[in-house]
Amino acid sequence: MEYVNPEGLRLDGRRPLEMRQLRAEIGVVARADGSAVFEMGNTKVIAAIYGPREVQNKSQQINDQAVVRCEYSMANFSTGDRMRKPKHDRRSTEISLVIRQTMEACILTHLMPRSQIDIFVQVLQADGGTRSACINAATLALADAGIPMRDLVTSCAAGYLNTTPLLDLNYVEDSAGGPDVTVGILPKLDKVTLLQMDAKLPLDTFETVMQLAIEGCKAVANYIREILLENTKQLEFRRGV
Amino acid sequence: MRGVQLSLNKTQKLRLETALEKLESLSSTTSNNSNASVTVADTIPINYEDGVLKGHGTSEMDGRVVATICGVVERVNKLVYVRALRARYKPEIGDIIVGRVIEVAPKRWRLEINFSQDAVLMLSSMNLPDGIQRRRTAVDELNMRSIFEENDIVCAEVRGFQHDGSLYLQARSQKYRKLDRGQLLRISPYLVKRRKQHFHHLDQYGVDLILGCNGFIWVGEHVEAKDDMVVDQMIKSEQENASLSGSVSSCEQEQSHTSVEIRQHICRLANAVRVLSTLGFMVTVELIIELVDLSISHNLNIHEMLGAEFYVIVAEKEAERRSLATKKR
Repeated sequence: MEYVNPEGLRLDGRRPLEMRQLRAEIGVVARADGSAVFEMGNTKVIAAIYGPREVQNKSQQINDQAVVRCEYSMANFSTGDRMRKPKHDRRSTEISLVIRQTMEACILTHLMPRSQIDIFVQVLQADGGTRSACINAATLALADAGIPMRDLVTSCAAGYLNTTPLLDLNYVEDSAGGPDVTVGILPKLDKVTLLQMDAKLPLDTFETVMQLAIEGCKAVANYIREILLENTKQLEFRRGV
Repeated sequence: MRGVQLSLNKTQKLRLETALEKLESLSSTTSNNSNASVTVADTIPINYEDGVLKGHGTSEMDGRVVATICGVVERVNKLVYVRALRARYKPEIGDIIVGRVIEVAPKRWRLEINFSQDAVLMLSSMNLPDGIQRRRTAVDELNMRSIFEENDIVCAEVRGFQHDGSLYLQARSQKYRKLDRGQLLRISPYLVKRRKQHFHHLDQYGVDLILGCNGFIWVGEHVEAKDDMVVDQMIKSEQENASLSGSVSSCEQEQSHTSVEIRQHICRLANAVRVLSTLGFMVTVELIIELVDLSISHNLNIHEMLGAEFYVIVAEKEAERRSLATKKR
C-alpha cells in the first residue's frame, strides 16, 4: 500500500515531517489533585492525578520516597469496533508499567516520603500514538497537581514507511506493520527516558527516525510549556493580592 | 474553568471575559513580579554575585537554578523560592486546620487534612471533656469514641513534625472541637491566606465560619464556647428536672434543632465560598460576606447563587473592587 503519495502527502494529508494538531486542557476533573486532557489529532487521552496521599497498602510504603502507581485503560468506545475488553490485559499492563517508569524518573520522589501518587490515564479516542499521548497527558496533570519534577517528560512517535521517515503515526500507518519508534525525552536535560521500537530498522535509518521523534517531543514540550505558563498566570492574577 | 461548566449566554460570556481581562491588566500593573510565573524546568534568572539560597520548588542544574514546580518566583533577600499555586496543603506550625477523622487508633486519631500523609491527633494533646488536667488513663482511651468518632469533622492546630516526618496536631482549647450542624467545603489551599483570625463568628447570621489553612472550610451553626464545668452543672440540673417531670426536656430538643433561617444562612455562605473558589479568587471573610450581601441585594435565591449570572456579577464586582483598591494606593 502507498502511505506517501507521489506529491509527498500522507493518507491524512500531512507531510512526512508534520505532526498532528495538538490540544491540551488543564483541570478537567474537579475532585482530582491534578488533571488534563491531551489530544494529538484524533487521539484523545484524559489523565488524573491523586496524591501525594497516604499510602493505601502499608506494605508498599517506602520510607524515603513516594510510591508512584499508574493505571492505563482504554474506554470501550475508544476504538472503531466496540469491544468489551478484560480490564487487565497484557497490553494495558505493559503500558501502565511504561508510563509509571517514565513518570517516576522525572518526579522528585524523595521530597514526598511515605506517600503515594496515583496516575490514572484513560484513552477516550484511539488513533495511534496512545502511548505518547498518555505520557504527555500525565506530565500536564502532574504539573497541575503541583508535584515537583526534574523536567517535563514529553513523548512522540515516529515510523518508517515507503522508505520515508514519518512523524507521529496515526492508526492506519501504525497498523501497516512497519517500525514504530516511541521516544520519551526530558527536553531541558536533553535525556532520553523512554525508547521503544517494534520491528527492525537498519542503524543509520534508525538514527534519523529517532532524531525525528526527538524533534517531535521538543515541539510537544514547547506546546505543553505554553499551556502551563498560561494556566499559572491565570491562577495567579485571579487570586489577586 | 475548573469544576463547573457554566452555561453562559453570549452577553454573559462577553461580560465575564472583560471582567477577567480587567483583573489581568490590574494585576500586571500593581504587582512588580507579574512576569515571575514559571513552569517546571524553567531557569530562574538570578544575580549570582550576591549568592543565593535555594528554597522550595527549586533545584540546581548545571550551575543554574531551575524551578521544579509551576508557580510564582518569590525572593526574600538571598532566598529564592517558587510559591506553588495548585498543590496539596503544606503544613506550618500553628496553622489552624479542619480535618476529618478516618481512624480511631490506640491513644490517637488519624485525620485526613489534604496533606501528603494523614495527621495524628494524640489523646494526650487534647483537652478532656471534663476539663481537668490529668494523666490519660485506660478508661479515657476506651472512651475515645465518645469524643471523636470516624468521619467526624474536627478543627485543630498544627503542633509540629515528629522526627520521623509525621504530622502531629493539638487541640488544647475549647475552640478546637468537633464540628457539627453545618457544611464542610474543600477548596484549594492556596486560596486561603494565613491570618491572625481563622475562627469567625458572624453575629448577623448566627453562623460560625472556620477557614482552615488546609483549604477545608467549615460553615456551621454558631456554638457558644462554654466553660465545661458550667455545662456539666447545667446538664445535671436538667437531668434532675427531666427525672422530676418524667419527660424529655424541651431544652434538649432545642439544642439539637437548627432553625430554618440559620440553615439558609449556612447555605448562602457556603455557596459564596463555592463561587469564589471556582472563580479562583482569594477566599476571605470580608469577601464572603460581601458576596452574601450582593446576592441578597440582587434578590437571588440560594440556589441561584450557583447560576451563571451570579458568577458574572461577582467577577465584575471583584474587578471593580480591585481597581478601586489600586487607585487608593
